[in-house]
Amino acid sequence: MDLSTTHSGTNTFDPKAIRAQFPLLERDMNGKPLVFLDSAASSQKPQVVLDALNHYYTYLNANVHRGVYTLSQEATDAHEKGREQARAFLNARSNREVLFTRGTTEGINLIAQCYGQAFIKEGDEILISGMEHHSNIVPWQILADRTGAVIKVIPVLENGDLDMVAFDRLLTRKTKFVSVVHISNSLGTINPVKTIIEKAHAQNTPVLVDGAQATPHLKIDVQALDADFYVFSGHIIFGPTGIGTLSGKEKWLEAMPPYQGGGEMIKTVTFEKTTYNELHFKFEAGTPDISGSVGIGVAMEYTQQLGYEAMQKHEQDLLHYATEGLSQIEGLRIIGQAAHKASVVSFLIQGTHPYDVGTILDKLGIAVRTGHHCTQPLMDHFGIPGTIRASFAVYNNREDVERLVEGVQRATRMLL
Amino acid sequence: MTIDQIQQEIIDEFSFFEDWMEKYEYIIDLGKGLPLIDATKKNPDHLIKGCQSQVWLDAQANQNGNIQFTADSDAIITKGIIALLIRVLSNQTPQEIASSELRFIDAIGLKEHLSLTRSNGLVSMIKQMKLYALAYQHKAQESND
Repeated sequence: MDLSTTHSGTNTFDPKAIRAQFPLLERDMNGKPLVFLDSAASSQKPQVVLDALNHYYTYLNANVHRGVYTLSQEATDAHEKGREQARAFLNARSNREVLFTRGTTEGINLIAQCYGQAFIKEGDEILISGMEHHSNIVPWQILADRTGAVIKVIPVLENGDLDMVAFDRLLTRKTKFVSVVHISNSLGTINPVKTIIEKAHAQNTPVLVDGAQATPHLKIDVQALDADFYVFSGHIIFGPTGIGTLSGKEKWLEAMPPYQGGGEMIKTVTFEKTTYNELHFKFEAGTPDISGSVGIGVAMEYTQQLGYEAMQKHEQDLLHYATEGLSQIEGLRIIGQAAHKASVVSFLIQGTHPYDVGTILDKLGIAVRTGHHCTQPLMDHFGIPGTIRASFAVYNNREDVERLVEGVQRATRMLL
Repeated sequence: MTIDQIQQEIIDEFSFFEDWMEKYEYIIDLGKGLPLIDATKKNPDHLIKGCQSQVWLDAQANQNGNIQFTADSDAIITKGIIALLIRVLSNQTPQEIASSELRFIDAIGLKEHLSLTRSNGLVSMIKQMKLYALAYQHKAQESND
């Protein structure tokens, strides 16, 4: 699919033309033009993704992998094309190393359960970080409860960086698994996952990277990172909800027992014994989300064609513009000021509650997230109930930032 | 005044507001003016935990058996809505509170604050106010028996 002609007519990065490809951004909210600053929770979808979903259901829909008729073959081809797009997107070694999941959460749960069942035992330590989303905490707690393993936490420094000195200390022979977030959804911190992986591998400890927030902003190469597992969600990278990708090294996936039983994942079934299908089928029981794999494939290709370098430049400009503008507001404190940061600004205003500020911004047509962002331990660490979070995607512009800053000023005037 | 009369009074008051800003400025003022809950009641037993904001609620029966509510929240808009709920339900009989239908919230355009995504503790607070009323109703019946 050639997107260069659909967004700008050339290969130059044109923010205005990119924004125009996201039809939802045309709508109003509470009588004002919508300013959508919650892309870290779920991004909007470009027309190419919407068209791909519509095309799938209009022309290709049939169950995959077992039909002898042409339509089923075409649906299978579309589904597996999504997998190949995901492989290329992540630079995974082979399609056998690319599984479809419901999203990041399911990816982490799959690894916690299946890797955990095969390799984790009592007294083993699982190392996570203090800035994990609940989805990278709770699955490990469930595993720890079941096995008697122990969870260790890499602390977060005041500026929002991981305490890498503490990491060196916490990574011991007892550490049997490391699971860390690539980019913090609450703070925007870009973690040094390559260093973490290198150090963990020096102890033969595998590493899972939660890439939910990373894939829309950073070029991912799982081979260069040498990540054992890399998981992300389609809906944060301009794709549909309900689909995600798990890339895992074949040696681990082969050694892990399956997660769910059902159709597709088996080779032979008798009432006495079932033999499992090979990768990737082993971990994909049941009819897959076929339109989802089509949609996420197109979304990944779309993102790649936008170009990460140009996208980052644009997003970093918005981040700095927002940080500068918000910092002028009296009593405003930005939570998370790491040197390497994605386009996320989390903040608080002295004397106000995030819920109140978020409510007034909503009335002004500005969609932000308020609360603990599913990172309660991180909020507790900073001693705050939550933050107001504005997250910027490629389709946002400086006008959105200006509306946000004006909105926050207005909210502050009303509330204080 | 009955619960329904107070609700109507609030609906009439809110009809004077020209836009959302005036309305919210009023709610914020109500929040700021909400009488403090007894400090000893602001404890985990009285806490209604929402995902976004939290509410503390206490209920006491006065001499004639009517219920007095006091409450607090960490968010001021939530607190303003609490002030309205207390104005409607406080100093009423347990029976009236338990069987009340709170139509004013929808009528003055604050329904969104009771939606699932808000998770601000208000829905649970209303439920808890009615549960307190039921508890006092039972208590009164028992002492009459």
